[in-house]
Amino acid sequence: MPAITKVNSRLSLFDRFGAMMVRLSFNRSDYAVEPGLYALNNPTPESPVFVSANYKLSFDIVRSSLLGFGAWLLVLDTKGVNVWCAAGKGTFGTAELVNRIKLTELDKVVSHRKVISPQLGATGIAAHEVASLSGFQVIYGPVRAEDLPAFIHDNFKVSKEMRRVRFNLKDRLTLVPVEVVHYSKYLFLLLFFFLLLSYLFKVDPWLAVINLVVAYLFGTALGPALLPAIPGRSFAMKGALLGLAGLIFTVSRLALFDQLAWVLLMPTISSYLLMNFTGSSTYTSLSGVQKEMRLAVPLQIAGLIIGILLYIVARLIK
Amino acid sequence: MKYIKDVVTLKLDDSKCIGCQMCVNVCPHSVFVMDNKKAKIVDRDSCMECGACAKNCPTQAITVKSGVGCAAGIINGILKGTEPSCDCTGHSGSSCCG
Repeated sequence: MPAITKVNSRLSLFDRFGAMMVRLSFNRSDYAVEPGLYALNNPTPESPVFVSANYKLSFDIVRSSLLGFGAWLLVLDTKGVNVWCAAGKGTFGTAELVNRIKLTELDKVVSHRKVISPQLGATGIAAHEVASLSGFQVIYGPVRAEDLPAFIHDNFKVSKEMRRVRFNLKDRLTLVPVEVVHYSKYLFLLLFFFLLLSYLFKVDPWLAVINLVVAYLFGTALGPALLPAIPGRSFAMKGALLGLAGLIFTVSRLALFDQLAWVLLMPTISSYLLMNFTGSSTYTSLSGVQKEMRLAVPLQIAGLIIGILLYIVARLIK
Repeated sequence: MKYIKDVVTLKLDDSKCIGCQMCVNVCPHSVFVMDNKKAKIVDRDSCMECGACAKNCPTQAITVKSGVGCAAGIINGILKGTEPSCDCTGHSGSSCCG
């Protein structure tokens, strides 16, 4: 029988530091554990089997949520990607689950024939196919690992609340550091370009720098934080409104052509950035994002080009 | 939170529904309820087209064009000439799938 690694629910300082770094967008794509079967807190053959991804953050959240509870963790090879994304790609899926059940000889380890998958794995797993291919029944557990103790306590029943994906302020704020770090290359590119223009035209660059940083932070941090409170449904639209609001810091000190230039540039920047937050949100559909992009992307391209031209015109007519 | 109205591709053929409840179990946005031993769509606009319901429907009563509701993924797809995909595994991966 393949070796089974013993683990417990305690997170070490190393685990916590690793999680923090991942949340800050460092080393995000290289944070994996070995796929296979793990024995958590000395389980028995009757103990339940929880399926997880081999993303270390997923694995750590599951085992720390099951504090002191004996269980088997069946870790699928999702190439170090979390359950939701791996299920979308199919790596957290029927074939890998069936394969992993066989490789680990799970039928010899446990006396029952049930595996509990996180609900968000259902995008990749077809429960009826797993049953016919492996003999194991898939039970969809709660969306969030933190609900596992209540789920177990309630005899493996999922409440309506446990099934729902939410996207509250805390969930959105958790994503802000990744957003701010991830798109910073665009900010540096824009800053470099506007500093170069300021140097060529021998003007003070500070108002441009303030506007760019404000538009950037509004799109990557304020937008996600205030999301439900911003008017409109389209993320691109919400971003554009925020970008426009961001002009308040410098508008009184800008000449007319500069005002026009930034009225186009700031909404364009914030709109593009917040539009990209659709990927991190938990409620946008492919059809919806395609619909908003058909309108927003041409406007963003036009806004960027015309905005930069107006900014240059403003320098020339000075 | 509600996203853009009247766009999703979700369809349920209730003549094929056997009332197994799997769609109700897997939907993260409570789009389905059980009504008279059959599934019923009650909140179509909340559907995020993840495809979990169709995948777990043993009689293929549900169809949905599923995919990533992610702008970066759609741009990725257009640039590479493929279906929208957020390739989170690559080191230059997009920020979706946080």
